Amino acid sequence: MDLKLKVWRQKNPESPGGLVDYDATGVNPDMSFLEMLDVVNEGLIEKGEDPIAFDHDCREGICGSCSLTINGIPHGPQKAIATCQLHMRHFENGQTVVIEPFRARPFPVMKDLIVDRGRFDQIIEAGGYISARTGSAPEANSIPIPKQTTDRAMDAAECIGCGACVAACPNASAMLFVGAKVTHLNSMPQGRPERDRRVLKMVASMEEAGFGNCTNTFECVAACPKEIKGEVMAQMYRDYVKALFRQAIRPE
Amino acid sequence: MSLNAKIPSGRLAEKWSNHIKDIKLVNPNNKRKYRIIVVGTGLAGASAAATLSELGYQVECFCYQDSPRRAHSIAAQGGINAAKNYQNDGDSVYRLFYDTIKGGDFRSREANVYRLAEISTNIIDHCVAQGIPFAREYGGYLANRSFGGAQVSRTFYARGQTGQQLLLGAYSALCKQIEGGGVTMRPRTEMLDLVVIDGHAKGIVVRDLVSGKITSHVADAVVLATGGYSNVYDLSTNARGCNVTAAYRAYKKGAYFANPCFTQIHPTCIPISGDYQSKLTLMSESLRNDGRIWVPKKKGDDRPPNEIPEEERDYYLERKYPSYGNLAPRDIASRSAKEVCDQGHGVGPGGFGVYLDFKDAIQRLGRQVIKERYGNLFEMYRNITGENAYEVPMRIYPATHYTMGGLWVDYNLMSNLPGLFVIGEANFSDHGANRLGASALMQGLADGYFILPYTIGDYLATQRQPRPSSDHSAFKEAEKNVSEQTKCFLSIQGERTVQSFHRELGTIVWNLAGMARNEAGLKEALTKIPELRNEFWRNVKVPGDDDTINQQLEKAGRVADFLEFAELLCYDALTREESCGGHFREEHQDDNGEAIRDDATFSHVSAWEFQGNDAKPTLHQEPLEYTEVKMATRSYK
Ligand SMILES: Cc1cc2nc3c(=O)[nH]c(=O)nc-3n(C[C@H](O)[C@H](O)[C@H](O)COP(=O)(O)OP(=O)(O)OC[C@H]3O[C@@H](n4cnc5c(N)ncnc54)[C@H](O)[C@@H]3O)c2cc1C
Ligand code: FES
Repeated sequence: MDLKLKVWRQKNPESPGGLVDYDATGVNPDMSFLEMLDVVNEGLIEKGEDPIAFDHDCREGICGSCSLTINGIPHGPQKAIATCQLHMRHFENGQTVVIEPFRARPFPVMKDLIVDRGRFDQIIEAGGYISARTGSAPEANSIPIPKQTTDRAMDAAECIGCGACVAACPNASAMLFVGAKVTHLNSMPQGRPERDRRVLKMVASMEEAGFGNCTNTFECVAACPKEIKGEVMAQMYRDYVKALFRQAIRPE
Repeated sequence: MSLNAKIPSGRLAEKWSNHIKDIKLVNPNNKRKYRIIVVGTGLAGASAAATLSELGYQVECFCYQDSPRRAHSIAAQGGINAAKNYQNDGDSVYRLFYDTIKGGDFRSREANVYRLAEISTNIIDHCVAQGIPFAREYGGYLANRSFGGAQVSRTFYARGQTGQQLLLGAYSALCKQIEGGGVTMRPRTEMLDLVVIDGHAKGIVVRDLVSGKITSHVADAVVLATGGYSNVYDLSTNARGCNVTAAYRAYKKGAYFANPCFTQIHPTCIPISGDYQSKLTLMSESLRNDGRIWVPKKKGDDRPPNEIPEEERDYYLERKYPSYGNLAPRDIASRSAKEVCDQGHGVGPGGFGVYLDFKDAIQRLGRQVIKERYGNLFEMYRNITGENAYEVPMRIYPATHYTMGGLWVDYNLMSNLPGLFVIGEANFSDHGANRLGASALMQGLADGYFILPYTIGDYLATQRQPRPSSDHSAFKEAEKNVSEQTKCFLSIQGERTVQSFHRELGTIVWNLAGMARNEAGLKEALTKIPELRNEFWRNVKVPGDDDTINQQLEKAGRVADFLEFAELLCYDALTREESCGGHFREEHQDDNGEAIRDDATFSHVSAWEFQGNDAKPTLHQEPLEYTEVKMATRSYK
């Protein structure tokens, strides 16, 4: 099948970008979306043009590198997958496909479809960990943890840090990302000693990085390739309020 | 020349604890004076960088991805082994040690493997303390599953995303250290050379993948944790960016490369669908518990599988290995698939596939049971192929998955170059000629959390080398070479893309040094690879500039290294005239097609020393001695 692509091209963060038209011809329905772009790129290189730059690595939906907005939707039209898991059989011959980077102010475009998601790392650095020095751990089974607790923590921990939630949100909010990490760590017994500091510091870092506020549109949940549930945001909010309260009555 | 692995004396079970007692320590106040470079943020690199920083060292850490959390370890699915014996099924440190040695077909170093098994339990303790949501039973205790090559249930897991959870644990520990200032993290930065001064590793030269700037980084010790080289085959289950560059360039600076021909092929991957294919997706081996593997008896039979009657199907594993059947070990299952496809019985595009059929299992157990057991895998299969495996058999084919070979290290995980340490999949590791499932994650974390942080101190406390400045001529020269190579790629302006060379190389290595190897094929590869390499340097086309993000330029460097490294792999395979583990030499098999090891001649590690671009490398041997286990032959009939 043949497709008409409109791809965002931008030389570097400073220069303005724009959509450029390309023809993707002879596309095999069994190709992945990124393989389709690989083939387009091979053609561009042969013609002496600059290939389209995009982030990718594992190509199986787990590393969180790939980050395309396809026809206006982060990770494209299929639910619960990352761009690298999208296959061309979901497109129609002759269709126009608009490919843009993940758009959000805190994720500046670096080149073409590549954005800088370093602020996610900064949020984790602020508190997305349990302080456990190597060598200090007790026997693994010394603290039983109810299966439901770990299952819930695991649901949240599945986040791949791709940033689709931010790109989908009209306010570029990172609440789903932060909520997922807070829910994972705060619900584990090992995470309790630091739960207040964690949520306060992570939220502060999120705000400082320029992510917007949540206005409950839940576009983030719809775009999430791992189907992280909206309730993690409620958990984060609860933990935040409790932490503020405890800090007020008993400052550290 | 014989290599000294510096294995501590004493009884096997006491070597590591004695060694820790004897090891020199760095005074806590002095630790912050030492600078350590860690290249790689997978399980091995992230755990090492975090732990070294906790100890007080200054750490500088590098990865090529945009975030340390995206290292390839993230993709590991199945689980991590540990000798906890929580199932009370008779597991012990000794049993895990023995299974690993036997699984590696008696080509690994006994003392290292024993230490790995000993430390395995500390890893689980530590990971639980980090809040990793391992699977649990209703009583709240940790759950286990069983994995190939073991008769006990000792694998810990977090759904199908164990690697992800373990890596996020190590990454979070790393993040804490970054925030605290102990680690300087440099993502999107690629190591392109190792700098050796007076025989000691003293730093690296890197290229900033965003600005293109080439800079030197000085340290008192360098740790490589840069993963495996499966992508020498182009198509593999590894992430697209996985490469041999860091290890290979260290090899060119004098580090020995050990057992490069030991590669592992996984039998159950989704086959290639066309020449645009960019990676192969692994599907859990557990599928073989209920699926039956077959091909049509008639060559080139292109009828839909459901129209091929029972008597025209060849269930070749059941036929050849009546007692193990579809559960024959990884290497045997892989080789048999290749054999039937090479004979013209393969199915699907290009004839490189065999059927994995669940019809009988669905009839016997019902669709619901199969869905409960394998629902997510069937879904993944449908997503990639568009086919419904409940209705038509899956198509599978083997793919390269893991590389046991790597840079040679001694018991302290230090290479033959003092000050250069190598951990994780990048070293020649504890897996001999074949790795057991769920053991790579264990090894990466053992190296990074629990072994290297001790042994590196011993080196730092005893070495008397001053830390040079980055103006030292060795750094300047390395920078110059790297920058010349970059400019050279851009100036060739030939006709072929980098990927076209990678694909052609992959085809050569896969066909001639893949699942089965023979002398004629390896010799053919050894003439074809240099020809292809020559063409590459004449005819490659790398567009763009060197002062912005240029993914083609990055790839050109990696493929250039694969084009040299592939030759080393084939040469090693040619000289190892025996079959062992993943290395199957067709000349060395019995009448039933079983591998024949030659313990008298080849019970050693082959460590290769670089001698120049067109010269043959020199072989150094590390003899393998087994004091507590007897070498035995594997049989799966
Ligand atoms: C699909 C799949 C499933 C698997 N499942 C399991 C399993 O269930 N159990 C198990 O035990 N094992 C499994 N394995 C194997 C295991 O995942 C790997 O062996 C292990 O994760 C390797 O870890 P590592 O830290 O050594 O390297 P990696 O995780 O590969 O990390 C390499 C790091 O080095 C960096 N790097 C590389 N080159 C450079 C350079 N030149 N400059 C700068 N940085 C560089 C990268 O950025 C990255 O950070 C699986 C492997 C695959 C492919
Ligand atoms: S490339 Fe790894 S998630 Fe898409």
